[in-house]
Amino acid sequence: MNTGQALDLLLVLILLWVAWAALSSRDLFRCIVMFIAFGLVLSMAWVRLGAPDVALAEAAIGAGLAGALLLATWARLPGKTEDSQLDAEGDNDED
Amino acid sequence: MSSGLLFACGGLGLLAIGLWALVLRAHLIRKVLAVNVMGSGAFLLLVGAGSMGETGVDPVPQAMVITGIVVAISATALALALVLRLANATGKPALPEDRERDLMDEGGR
Amino acid sequence: MKTRDAATEPGLAFRIGLALLLFAITAGLALALLAEPVAPGVAGQVEAALGDSGAKNHVTAVLLNFRGYDTLLELAVLTSALVGVWALGVAPDIRETTPSPVLLGMNSVLIPLAPLFCAYLLWAGASRPGGAFQAGAVLAAAAVLYNISCRRPELRLPRAPLRPGIVIGLGVFIATGFGVMGGGRAFMEYPAGLAGGLILLIETAATLSIALILASLFVGGRPEGEP
Repeated sequence: MNTGQALDLLLVLILLWVAWAALSSRDLFRCIVMFIAFGLVLSMAWVRLGAPDVALAEAAIGAGLAGALLLATWARLPGKTEDSQLDAEGDNDED
Repeated sequence: MSSGLLFACGGLGLLAIGLWALVLRAHLIRKVLAVNVMGSGAFLLLVGAGSMGETGVDPVPQAMVITGIVVAISATALALALVLRLANATGKPALPEDRERDLMDEGGR
Repeated sequence: MKTRDAATEPGLAFRIGLALLLFAITAGLALALLAEPVAPGVAGQVEAALGDSGAKNHVTAVLLNFRGYDTLLELAVLTSALVGVWALGVAPDIRETTPSPVLLGMNSVLIPLAPLFCAYLLWAGASRPGGAFQAGAVLAAAAVLYNISCRRPELRLPRAPLRPGIVIGLGVFIATGFGVMGGGRAFMEYPAGLAGGLILLIETAATLSIALILASLFVGGRPEGEP
């Protein structure tokens, strides 16, 4: 097995391990951070597969923006903070 | 084992891990994470299978995966907005039938 | 406080059944991957048709020319997702806390550089790795950083530029698709000489739209004061 194949195998093992950690950690914040790490390792996998455009898109959108969205939602969940302003969303029942 | 096949099998593993977590986790944000992991697994499967052939790098699966990444983030954003709305309306970020279930969520949210 | 309710918690039998099912699915797909001869991809056909496509980057040529309709629908999906998020509620308030100096220092470097990265990725997408989606995502990331730094000057921007900016990507794409039908061509059949310029035009509008949509998805709700 040459170095390329060894690197690919290592990447796949890391991917599976980080994905498992992202889905089964106790703390949800840790899960989200591991998901961002998963996106970045996946970006490296795309480079190994000869897909640099996909790697760019994955790093920017799949890891960065998805992580930002998840963290923002996690922070806005009710009960996270004492002075939660989330009920300012109020009455949008005019549909 | 060619690198394409290796990554395709990695994609299959991610699909399995994602589906396991999707069914068994109660917290809705964990379900969204699981769906995203499944999506990434499917993308790996696509591009990995695409590079198993001998005719060099196939650009069509890559274009499809770029499209897929953008569609996945749109769905994730909408799903997270729905999760927030549900959590604010019912007080708990979980589906009503799941609300009493607790699988590995003690201490974590 | 969450409690375990034995009546509704999936037990061991359920988990074993699920594990067996997942194993069966994975093994079946793996066998399908290994057993059948892989069909030759279309890489050769793309290479052959690359000259007329208007872009030297294979993926850009596929995305914007050969499979342009899929990209059009992708922009429509992005726009619809934003409509959905806007329909669900007003944007949550930002708590006015003092942003950390690390964040502010990082912003002072990254936010001015972001349009440069965006322009490079957009321009290089024609012949090197890059493209409209990557460029739009970089710009959206800068907008998100600005949003979370909680220190916003009184910009007094009117609300109006947001909505046209969001739909301009989809609009330009559809308009060029119909516009090239003039010479008896099909929908979205770009003439060979103009294809490069048309792709750049579409990508520029798409970059702006994608950046605005992704940033608005992060903000998470419709702007205040709008019905």
